[in-house]
Amino acid sequence: MQRDKTVLNQPAIQRSRPVELTRNEPKMELLRELVAHLRQNRTLLLEEWVARIAEAQLLTAMTQEEIFAEATLVYDSYFAALETGTFEALQAYARNLSERIIPRGVETHEVVGIVLLLRDVLARSLFAKYQADYEKLNRILDAFEPAANRVANTVAVGFVQERERVIRQQQEAIRELSTPVLQVRERLLILPIIGVIDPMRARQLTEQLLRGIRTNRAKVVVIDITGVAAMDVTVANHLVQTVEASRLLGATVIVTGLSPEIAQTLVTIGVDLGKMNTVGDLQGGIEQAERLLGYKVVTLT
Amino acid sequence: MQVPILKQGGVLIATIQAALSDADLLELRTALVRQVVRYRSSGVIVDVTAMDVMDSFASRTLLEISHMIRLRGAATVIVGIQPEVAFAMVQLGLTLEDIPTALDLEEGLAYLQQKARSIN
Repeated sequence: MQRDKTVLNQPAIQRSRPVELTRNEPKMELLRELVAHLRQNRTLLLEEWVARIAEAQLLTAMTQEEIFAEATLVYDSYFAALETGTFEALQAYARNLSERIIPRGVETHEVVGIVLLLRDVLARSLFAKYQADYEKLNRILDAFEPAANRVANTVAVGFVQERERVIRQQQEAIRELSTPVLQVRERLLILPIIGVIDPMRARQLTEQLLRGIRTNRAKVVVIDITGVAAMDVTVANHLVQTVEASRLLGATVIVTGLSPEIAQTLVTIGVDLGKMNTVGDLQGGIEQAERLLGYKVVTLT
Repeated sequence: MQVPILKQGGVLIATIQAALSDADLLELRTALVRQVVRYRSSGVIVDVTAMDVMDSFASRTLLEISHMIRLRGAATVIVGIQPEVAFAMVQLGLTLEDIPTALDLEEGLAYLQQKARSIN
């Protein structure tokens, strides 16, 4: 947006360049000066920062030594970013750091908190150094603030992105795990459902099952809901729909393992399960399915 | 578009090959109800594999075909309903109750043969 403004205000782009340069030149100088100052006092400021982190009770999941080691790394890449004005290295470091600390339960507010703390610590030291020269302090802060804000932004965004990536990955894994459609015999599928069924999962279950019926050419399907603790109207109706859709594909569905609670709920809320073929447990369901398919189990003696 | 009706032994097979207009569906209904007795068929298979959409008129017509064929002394099987179509139909409440359905043509034929065997 800012660039647009410059272009609008100054008709000739070529002319605007040298102006920018001369305005930037002392800024770079200032940055260099302040980086030199902060580097000189590295140990002191670092210790101050780590003390402030401990005081604010951030990063409680990590030990003091770990915090110190990470803080040193953050501090150094912070200066690299301030000095060079390039944030790629810092971005990479932020991603790497997030990858390491997310599994340990570090929260977003902690990461943002420590970066802001570092900013405060550094700003304080600048105040202390330049307190005699108000003009200079102002200019130094002009150079420091945007860069520091951008660093804070980069680290926070890096952390959140990494977190979102982890969450997406886990969601994907859960989705795949949650709907196994298994073939136990030629033309016989079982679909064990465990855990809470929300509308999205219910929909996915149905899709997987219908696809499974087609690819395995199944004639009978046993849906086992022993692992489902509760069922509401929406889910129950969805189950009925799944049974009917399976029938349209030519497969018979047997539902097994309805818990006493679910049975009572379903009858009380008046879901019509008349079309559903239910058997007490999974074993009974598979036995009935085998009968439907014409199998006969014989013990070899 | 006309729906070809093939005779295979004692079974008539109507394969719907594209989306049908309401008039086409009614024509198919008339043709099947006529031919089932003319060819002395014991069963009719309507293959809907190629149908991506099943609206209420189409599913009601299939239901009517099945009931009419029963009155003419034969059984009907609907085969090849796509998984997505099946779920959409159920959500619209078009469940084709008491019409036999099968996965595909092969299954449909097997069903009719088994039925014929159990009668004889």
